[in-house]
Amino acid sequence: MAIRVRPVGRPQRTLREQIYLWEVWKGLAVTFRHLFRNLARHSLRALGLAGPPGALTIQYPEEPPLLGARARTRHRLLKRPDGTPRCTACMLCETICPAKCIRITAEESPEVMIEKRARTFDIDLGLCVFCGYCVEACPVDAIHMDANDVELSAYNRRDMIWSLPELLGDKKKGRTLP
Amino acid sequence: MILWVFAKVSFALAFGLGIAGLLGWVERKQSAVLQDRIGANRAGILGLRLLGFFHPLADALKMLSKEDFVPRKAHRLLHAAAPAISLGFALFCLAALPFGGTIESGGRSWSLQPLESPVGLLFVLGMLSLGVHGVVMAGYASGSNYALIGGLRGAAQMISYEVCLTSTLAAAASLYGTLDLQEAVLWQGKLLGGWLPAWGIFLQPLGFLLFLTAGAAVTKRTPFDIPEGESEIVGYHVEYSGMKFGMFLMTDFIESIVISGLVVTFFLGGWQIPALRLAGPWGGLAMLAAFSAKVLLVLLLLMQVRWTLPRLRFDQLLGLGWKNILPLSLANFLATIWAVYLWP
Repeated sequence: MAIRVRPVGRPQRTLREQIYLWEVWKGLAVTFRHLFRNLARHSLRALGLAGPPGALTIQYPEEPPLLGARARTRHRLLKRPDGTPRCTACMLCETICPAKCIRITAEESPEVMIEKRARTFDIDLGLCVFCGYCVEACPVDAIHMDANDVELSAYNRRDMIWSLPELLGDKKKGRTLP
Repeated sequence: MILWVFAKVSFALAFGLGIAGLLGWVERKQSAVLQDRIGANRAGILGLRLLGFFHPLADALKMLSKEDFVPRKAHRLLHAAAPAISLGFALFCLAALPFGGTIESGGRSWSLQPLESPVGLLFVLGMLSLGVHGVVMAGYASGSNYALIGGLRGAAQMISYEVCLTSTLAAAASLYGTLDLQEAVLWQGKLLGGWLPAWGIFLQPLGFLLFLTAGAAVTKRTPFDIPEGESEIVGYHVEYSGMKFGMFLMTDFIESIVISGLVVTFFLGGWQIPALRLAGPWGGLAMLAAFSAKVLLVLLLLMQVRWTLPRLRFDQLLGLGWKNILPLSLANFLATIWAVYLWP
């Protein structure tokens, strides 16, 4: 079978595009349309009337950031209905973590049906790469990355480490000032 | 009378610098609104923000408080003189603009044009051309090859578009039969056919378009801002910082005000308001208001073009100037000459 060649010509500009003035006018029409539409919307908003917003801007520190439904944010440890942590200290998350940012120490669980529980569960968010492997690895669905918290910065490295009660939400994360 | 001249010159300066400050705000807000954004709105005085109106003020404070860095290889004197020359000659142009006509008050006639000269047009064009020296000087004195090449690029652009600028203005000036800016405005006061004001934009539509284009190029505004090219290409003011850089920025604003003033004077009837005879002190105020409003409208149009069109490549820029705009404006000039002086 012979190779079929289909020549593709270079796109040629028409005379109207060459003159460029009409194209300039088209561009100006777009920008002027946006300008007047947004001005009208802003004025309506300023007068207290309803209507679509004139800008897509999110004023971030005042307004909360818009996160996707599946966004991987800070880790969160879940509890059973009776309030005890779900974590059984199986070390799977610590083992799979590529950044080695999870450190668990286990202790014996007082409940008969559960062998172990975590005594400490520290995640160093300064090392975490937010890959989500810990969530995938967990056999008891004890860790999620859906705290919807992205403001994780701290003034020193020690404050980047989140402990068990902080991850469970029992204790507010303490931050030291510089 | 000397006091009156002083007052007029102060007004011209305040007009230029005030509008230049305002343009800093307009540019930010206009671009933001037409791009569905909000724009700079954080600077405020005691919590008073006024839609970011104080940002130009914050800019000025920032530029004044920044380090004024001079490279070791720079020519110190020329390096300091270049922004002053740029800004100074741009400000000189403002003096020749006819902000208003002549009004009668208290038994005397007062002219509202700071520099009343029969060759006002030549004065403005000369001063605009001298501004090129600031650009070249900045490029040369910086002691940096990038700045030098940027300066030469800027000079090539400004000189080639000044040819186009002058030839379009020559057509308009020969139509009005004068080089006096005030006379040109007065000529446009009559009505064509009893209803259409005899403004240049109706008599010289091609000239108006060409002048606007060439004017944007001379003032180095987008789409012709290759000399500056903030993000892509290094311009003549790489080695400038602080208020010296601010002066180059101001120069662009002042020059676009001058070009807008020329557009208004030659093509939009200057301070004239159609079907209205302006006289007396209130008439004088109305003249100033009409002139300022027209200048602001032209500036808004230039800004809109700036935020619409992409920047031209340098060869496209020079090609547009020498191959398209110059022949067209010369043809326009010849046609005007023929119509004015050789009409049977």
